[in-house]
Amino acid sequence: MAGFDKVVSSYEEAMAGLEDNMTIIAGGFGLCGIPENLISEIEKRGTKGLTIVSNNCGVDNFGLGLLLPNRQIKKIIASYVGENAEFERQMMSGELDVELTPQGTLAEKMRAGGAGIPAFFTATGYGTPVAEGKEEREIGGKHYILEHAIKGDFAIVKAWKADRYGNLIFRKTARNFNPMAATAGKITVVEVEEIVESGELDPDQIHTPGIYVNRIILGTFEKRIEQRTIQATQ
Amino acid sequence: MTLSREQMAQRVAQEIQDGFYVNLGIGIPTLVANYLPAGIEVMLQSENGLLGMGQFPTEETVDADLINAGKQTVTVAKGASFFDSAESFAMIRGGHVDLTVLGAFEVDVNGNIASYMIPGKLIKGMGGAMDLVAGAENIIVTMTHASKHGQSKLLANCSLPLTGKGCIKKVLTDLAFIEIKAGKFHLIEHAPGVTVEEIVKLTEGELVVPAKVPEMKF
Repeated sequence: MAGFDKVVSSYEEAMAGLEDNMTIIAGGFGLCGIPENLISEIEKRGTKGLTIVSNNCGVDNFGLGLLLPNRQIKKIIASYVGENAEFERQMMSGELDVELTPQGTLAEKMRAGGAGIPAFFTATGYGTPVAEGKEEREIGGKHYILEHAIKGDFAIVKAWKADRYGNLIFRKTARNFNPMAATAGKITVVEVEEIVESGELDPDQIHTPGIYVNRIILGTFEKRIEQRTIQATQ
Repeated sequence: MTLSREQMAQRVAQEIQDGFYVNLGIGIPTLVANYLPAGIEVMLQSENGLLGMGQFPTEETVDADLINAGKQTVTVAKGASFFDSAESFAMIRGGHVDLTVLGAFEVDVNGNIASYMIPGKLIKGMGGAMDLVAGAENIIVTMTHASKHGQSKLLANCSLPLTGKGCIKKVLTDLAFIEIKAGKFHLIEHAPGVTVEEIVKLTEGELVVPAKVPEMKF
């Protein structure tokens, strides 16, 4: 690597420096736009005691669900975890610490983490179990709770295209949590379907500027579909 | 006769106006999209990052990168846009969505809603529901009026962990259309073939019944 060139050539290199007990922020919604090969690399490394911040936790044999059988995850911060039998077992038995967080609050926690905002007030969760132990404030006659930002030792991100400087473009709803995750990692690793030379992407079309990105790797993706719904044919 | 899921969706759809941005939750709310009034323009918001959700795709157009909040493959409608999750919930929390329709386990006279957790049984998480109920002005809850065992879901106080506090003003059940005002349920319409007595019997929280209760029209 030289200058702003962030391209690495192996998944080992992409996740270099990952250690036990680190916090990883992951992009993706369901199985859409997940950094599937970076997750597999974490599985391969056998890193333990991880705190994972992600909207969901994959399914039993794909996505973040791959980190469950070997008990690599100590704690997960997520909004919805319903698609995964092993997850449920570990949660019910207390092996896995689960912090359920409203989806919009989770997105904003990541955004705040990356934007240098330590905490923010939101009406979401006021008067619910989510508010327990949190500071409350009445502003303009409405009730809010204080939510803290999240930062990760690593952020793992899936984008569609990147240039060598780490400028990113996402595709359709595979964008979801990825842009916020990208801003909130001490080391942000992005896997993409295509890498172009710097200067080839239109600056007006870039979703995530390269300043947030530390490593880029070219991958091939299975892109598994969770609910394949097709129009009834006439 | 109690309303079918389709009839409930049909009745909710009557509340949708031209130019509305609408978020539909999973289950009955999703069916509302099938009954949008003719001749109006509506954009469906899907909180995973899509405004202007279209039909399901064909075998040829199915795209793993294009799903809705229920994780189903979809397409885009004319004038659609994509955005990230923070932007999506800025729309929701910021009150820019005109109507939110979502399901629930329980609603009470104070507008509290419980919809995401049954301790010891169902602990999947709230997804975007807490943000939706906290952020939207105009929410319609769709649910059956009572459980299969005849237990009311319209309560004096919710018994399950809350999704939101004091945020629900309208409930459409299989028996009735109900508004919540000043700590009471108000009966606005009854389903065809359902008597006011039946509704009263299956409503645990205080229900205000006007002298004349109109029948729902389809």
